[in-house]
Amino acid sequence: MTDTILDPVTSDGGRVGGADAPAAVRMNMIQAINSALDVVMDRDPDVIVMGEDVGYFGGVFRATAGLQTKYGKTRVFDTPITEIGIVGVAIGMGAYGLRPVPEIQFADYIYPALDQLVSEAARLRYRSAGEFTSPITVRSPYGGGIFGGQTHSQSPEGIFTHVSGIKTVIPSTPYDAKGLLIAAIEDNDPVLFLEPKRIYNGPFDGHWDRPAKNWSAHGGGEVPTGYYRVELGKAQVVRAGEALTILCYGTMVHVVSGVVAEAGVDAEIIDLRTLVPLDIETIEASVKKTGRCMIVHEATRTSGFGAELSALVQERCFYHLEAPVERVTGFDTPYPHSLEWAYFPGPVRIGEALKKIMKD
Amino acid sequence: MASEPVRANMPPLSLHVPEPKFRPGDPVDFADVDVPPAGSARRPDTAEPAGRFTELAYTLVRVLDEEGGAVGPWDPKLSPDRLREMLRAMALTRAFDERMFRAQRQGKTSFYMKSTGEEAVSVAAAFAMDRDDMCFPSYRQQGILISRGYPLVEMMNQIYSNSGDKLGGKQLPIMYSAKDHGFFSISGNLATQYPQAVGWAMASAVKGDSRIAATWCGEGSTAEGDFHSACTFASVYRAPVVMNVVNNQWAISSFSGFAGAEATTFAARAVGYGIAGLRVDGNDALAVYAATQWAAERARTNQGPTLIEHFTYRAEGHSTSDDPSAYRSAGEPNAWPLGDPIRRLRDHLIALGEWDEERHERQDKELAAHVRDCQKEAEKNGILGHGLHQPLDSLFDGVFEDMPWHLREQRQMMLDEEEASGRPWARK
Repeated sequence: MTDTILDPVTSDGGRVGGADAPAAVRMNMIQAINSALDVVMDRDPDVIVMGEDVGYFGGVFRATAGLQTKYGKTRVFDTPITEIGIVGVAIGMGAYGLRPVPEIQFADYIYPALDQLVSEAARLRYRSAGEFTSPITVRSPYGGGIFGGQTHSQSPEGIFTHVSGIKTVIPSTPYDAKGLLIAAIEDNDPVLFLEPKRIYNGPFDGHWDRPAKNWSAHGGGEVPTGYYRVELGKAQVVRAGEALTILCYGTMVHVVSGVVAEAGVDAEIIDLRTLVPLDIETIEASVKKTGRCMIVHEATRTSGFGAELSALVQERCFYHLEAPVERVTGFDTPYPHSLEWAYFPGPVRIGEALKKIMKD
Repeated sequence: MASEPVRANMPPLSLHVPEPKFRPGDPVDFADVDVPPAGSARRPDTAEPAGRFTELAYTLVRVLDEEGGAVGPWDPKLSPDRLREMLRAMALTRAFDERMFRAQRQGKTSFYMKSTGEEAVSVAAAFAMDRDDMCFPSYRQQGILISRGYPLVEMMNQIYSNSGDKLGGKQLPIMYSAKDHGFFSISGNLATQYPQAVGWAMASAVKGDSRIAATWCGEGSTAEGDFHSACTFASVYRAPVVMNVVNNQWAISSFSGFAGAEATTFAARAVGYGIAGLRVDGNDALAVYAATQWAAERARTNQGPTLIEHFTYRAEGHSTSDDPSAYRSAGEPNAWPLGDPIRRLRDHLIALGEWDEERHERQDKELAAHVRDCQKEAEKNGILGHGLHQPLDSLFDGVFEDMPWHLREQRQMMLDEEEASGRPWARK
């Protein structure tokens, strides 16, 4: 595994780094995240990276590779296996004045830290009238599609969007991952930055039985090497259309795009990118235009973020709706291992829902 | 339904559920509480490795003896002026507690927590640390704020959630936050401050600062995962932090046995983590001072963390919402073998010829009058429930640095509903 901070993927359309380093190169999502950390650590000596296996080894997904060599062991270090401790210590460092970026190795492991996130990080500014804040960014790979079984596949975003005082961000491309992560780290409020690990190495259209793609042919795989931000709270219309609006984020952006392309439906696909604060204006304008709204997420259905989206659309666009809001989600079961693709809201289920919502 | 026992030829298992020695109505005899003589614990050099003095986790560091003398290697040898300052801060803490407890009973606020009998734990520690060392307290360390000269009126404003409350009425009474006094925002969730203190201390070390952190929790809270995560982190990175466990014997109605006290001491937790551990007579202000000073010196010289168990007794209820007569013997507080921390420091000063009972009584009266004056001043800003002390829409402030649309929208909804319904809040 490479030790360089930024090792551009050079394939079709990619440009090679070197003496005349280009402004943008091809990166996968891991490299883009690594580059974001590198760029902010270089600019701000108060940024600290910590977590299980993130130091010498560079993280189990390699997102922090090379950072310890470049920035030293007091700014990039391994931690004991205690998520309470990782987040609690990060909050204390934030109270001191640092800007910690703790990694929780899998989002499935975040639950021990729930009290520190919900009762502490998210509440510190409010309860101390701004005397103490928690400018931490908790990075964590989430989601399924990698045969991770029950404990390496979950999508816990709905637990955190329910909590006042914490922002939840989910990128769907390397470009967004870098820009959003930089904006998250620079944000003075706590941010949960969930990384869709199924698309670390390439966009995924949900056809698990077809050959995997990498990021080299995707526009979002072209990533500036330097500093830039993708502002939090702004959705992205990834495909403009008139027939219906599809709200999605993370891996599902690519699955939905694949289904829409194959079905030949003129859908408007919106990648939410930030769940809290949500870009309601973009959603509202789109649904009022199309009159139909479908919501797709991998997380379990009941009380999932789709329920909130559905309520918002109903409240704001009721008289524009021509069909009931449709939800395609993971089932209310644990994430199964062998039946992963039955659980995953893939092309079949999305395709059926598409037919249903377009029928009326 | 549970299944029938199988393997009838084997002895049946039995579950041990701890039970305190005395319940309401029981006569109290603390003869089995082991109180080693003052001065008997050795004082290691602050550079000595933690593994060489593990016996200090199982004894009691004590300085003040039964005759009011200060004895042994832990005597911090403070000047009479310093001793009088400490005595005054402890007495002021008690006077403040009395007044605010009564204010709650009079309906002026919703909640209060006294620290009666535990004043030495926070006051002496605050005196032993530097003014800019950072404290991550639990909810019973008001003595730190008082020792550091935080205005009583500000504390009362917070207790009343009135118009002078710097926290804008957003936090439960006594959950102070005072950054400029090195006092972290108190959480109602137990032991969460422990890893935060370790993180602050680690940050100080990362930056090559010279300030250290200290934190406090009760013996009951040592059962929380946060406590153990903090000990692991503190040990691993040798964080410059002093971790205090205030063993006041009771966690609301659960005696210390439910946190493991039947099996070992709380200071002994340090042994497993390989960090310095001290068990201290928490009602002995000089022992608390000396132990804190020693631990702070270790932290400041990169010798790492210290866990101090302060063996003390919660003389009053857990809070104004608690009635201890329902679960423990009323005879316990007076029978407690380590006495009253204020009385013990007073007797020491008298034994030194630096104080007398008349001065002590006069001081108590002065402090009570001072607290009463502060209360009058604070009540000019209002008391809880009497009127709207903060703008109605301020409830949305401070969730985030910048208010996102959904909070702005909810704020507007609230104001519209208030307006449409004839402004009921405005009349409060």
